Amino acid sequence: MDKIEVRSVTKVFGKNPKRGVELLNQGLTKSDILHKTGMTVGVNQASFSIKDGEIFVIMGLSGSGKSTLVRLLNRLIEPTSGTVLIDGKDVTKMNKQELRNTRRNKMSMVFQRFALFPHRTILANTEYGLEVQKIPKEERHQKAMEALELVGLKGYEDKKPGELSGGMQQRVGLARALANDADVLLMDEAFSALDPLIRKDMQDELLDLQSKMQKTIVFITHDLDEALRIGDRIVLMKDGGVVQIGTPEEILMNPANRYVEQFVEDVDVTKVFTAEHVMKRPETIEVSRGLRVAMKIMKDEGVSTVYAIDKNKKFLGILYGDEAARAAEQGLKIQDVLKQVETVRLDTLLMDMFEVISGSSVPIPVVDEEGRLRGIVKRSAIIDVMADSSEVLNGDGVTK
Amino acid sequence: MSDTYHHFIPKIEIGTWVQDAVDAFVNHTETFFTGLGNGINWFVEQLVDGFTWINPFVFIIIVAAIAFWRSGWGVAIFSLVGLWFIFDLGYWPDTMQTLGLILTAIIISIIIGIPFGIWIGLSDAAKNIITPILDFMQTMPAFVYLIPVLFLFGTGMAPGVVATVIFSMPPTIRMAGLGIRQVPEDLIEASEAFGSTTSQKLFKVQLPLAMKTIMAGINQSIMLALSMVVIASLVAAPGLGAKVYLAVTQLRLDIGVESGLAIVIIAIVLDRITQNTRKNKS
Ligand SMILES: Nc1ncnc2c1ncn2[C@@H]1O[C@H](COP(=O)(O)OP(=O)(O)OP(=O)(O)O)[C@@H](O)[C@H]1O
Ligand SMILES: [Mg+2]
Repeated sequence: MDKIEVRSVTKVFGKNPKRGVELLNQGLTKSDILHKTGMTVGVNQASFSIKDGEIFVIMGLSGSGKSTLVRLLNRLIEPTSGTVLIDGKDVTKMNKQELRNTRRNKMSMVFQRFALFPHRTILANTEYGLEVQKIPKEERHQKAMEALELVGLKGYEDKKPGELSGGMQQRVGLARALANDADVLLMDEAFSALDPLIRKDMQDELLDLQSKMQKTIVFITHDLDEALRIGDRIVLMKDGGVVQIGTPEEILMNPANRYVEQFVEDVDVTKVFTAEHVMKRPETIEVSRGLRVAMKIMKDEGVSTVYAIDKNKKFLGILYGDEAARAAEQGLKIQDVLKQVETVRLDTLLMDMFEVISGSSVPIPVVDEEGRLRGIVKRSAIIDVMADSSEVLNGDGVTK
Repeated sequence: MSDTYHHFIPKIEIGTWVQDAVDAFVNHTETFFTGLGNGINWFVEQLVDGFTWINPFVFIIIVAAIAFWRSGWGVAIFSLVGLWFIFDLGYWPDTMQTLGLILTAIIISIIIGIPFGIWIGLSDAAKNIITPILDFMQTMPAFVYLIPVLFLFGTGMAPGVVATVIFSMPPTIRMAGLGIRQVPEDLIEASEAFGSTTSQKLFKVQLPLAMKTIMAGINQSIMLALSMVVIASLVAAPGLGAKVYLAVTQLRLDIGVESGLAIVIIAIVLDRITQNTRKNKS
């Protein structure tokens, strides 16, 4: 179900915004309009919908209209044209009271520079959204304390924002947004002001919270790594317009144009792609078929190892050619000479496989939750991905 | 020269026009302003009665305690010694009169000034209209206010208070406006994003954050009000100012020095107390 629907929303800053919209409809670009009229196009006919419960990332270079776009969702900025629907209700047509109620109950915001009230304690900051709703003191204390506990700031409620580190302050920002228990969280570069390590912690924490709470999160960033890490879907913006919308994989594998390509060029693919993306079909032997068959497969396929599985495809170990020959001489079974090796899961990131793969002379088996063999990852596959993602991916992956 | 000039071009009779306008105004509003004047007189009287009812030494201790709370030891000791000195010189009743005048003027300045300040803080249009008026109020020599004020209120404490208000209110308005405008945009945005009404935004975010600047404005107003006490004495407002005026007209250097010193001491004590230097340090 769509939680938020944005239909052809445009924002032009300047003296005669309606004229700006006309010019945009005539096909003029942001810079044309700036030169011609001096007006700035903030958002240009953006359309997309955000599903209930997803993390929707808005990404783009500085000035591409991300902040403007997210403020059009809760109408901190008035759209020049277009509609924004939240749960089917048109935000752009709401009166003051309705808009206030929407902001109080449906959408909470987390800000880049935290925007905590310096004169209020952490608790009073967290309570703010409840306080303006005139919720009784007891109740809002309790809800604010729960939110603070959720972000790991219990015990700090009487401090002032200035006494906390940046990371902690942004946790308060998050708690303030969570205390309202709104369905939608709007996060404008919420982690950009934090240093990299804390930033990663916060991303993990957000994903963790999200798995517990299932909010709809609109997350703005200009950092592709961050977008890929947390986004269920990503929209890429340029000059106020939407360039591409898709899952992280879709955006990496099929960039819509040169702009997106440039964006994804420098991305560290090993942080995005998983074993499933690069694995190949292994030569397998179902152990009951016996040593002779195994040795024939190795000979026919020209490989020195096969991957042994049972009838349920459960991975048992690796059979080496020389071990197979020894076993045949001594009259042993396949099971007796299998070598155990480390396995990885389908969703293991390439980044996390380096150690395993460098310690192994054979391709690494990939197994699913039930331990069934789903594919193997060769060292060369990872190197190829790092060299050029688009060709190796999505290829002759293994049966699902 | 001037005569031949005016033979051809009529003199712009601005002085006469203002005079006529004020006359007409006075005639129509006499009861109102007399009432207002009485009200002001009554209020100052209550304050002064209250102040003089308190034993001077108790009063001095109270002021020193406030000074300690607001600023620390140094100012507390200065207040103690300074006020005792005034008492010793025999200017206690005059000082209480002056305090009554200043306090009344400042209370009126705050009651009128803060709302106007908020208004110019929130509205560009209001700012564009009111700022020139404030400039005018501050640059017009303070003596000039005395004339219409005399017409409206006669002589005594009330016209002194009114002239003091006119002269000393601008900083309160300006700084309140400035304080409101200085509140960071993202905090305003945050308060709006959480669904605040306009008045919730004002009272929960803008005013608390502007408070320091507003206090600085009030402090400036107090200092300007003190600088008006001598001028106010020209319309027969009693107090330390009247003593200075007396000293000037009678060439009494001794009285001039003593009452002048008393004004300086009061100014320093009030300034330090309203500046709240202790908080600034931490
Ligand atoms: N209040 C405003 N008045 C005029 N122009 C504005 C205003 N706010 C934003 N703009 C313009 O709109 C465009 C989009 O700005 P916006 O802040 O949405 O970009 P952004 O993608 O959030 O950038 P950043 O990554 O730097 O935060 C920019 O060209 C900006 O100059
Ligand atoms: Mg931005």
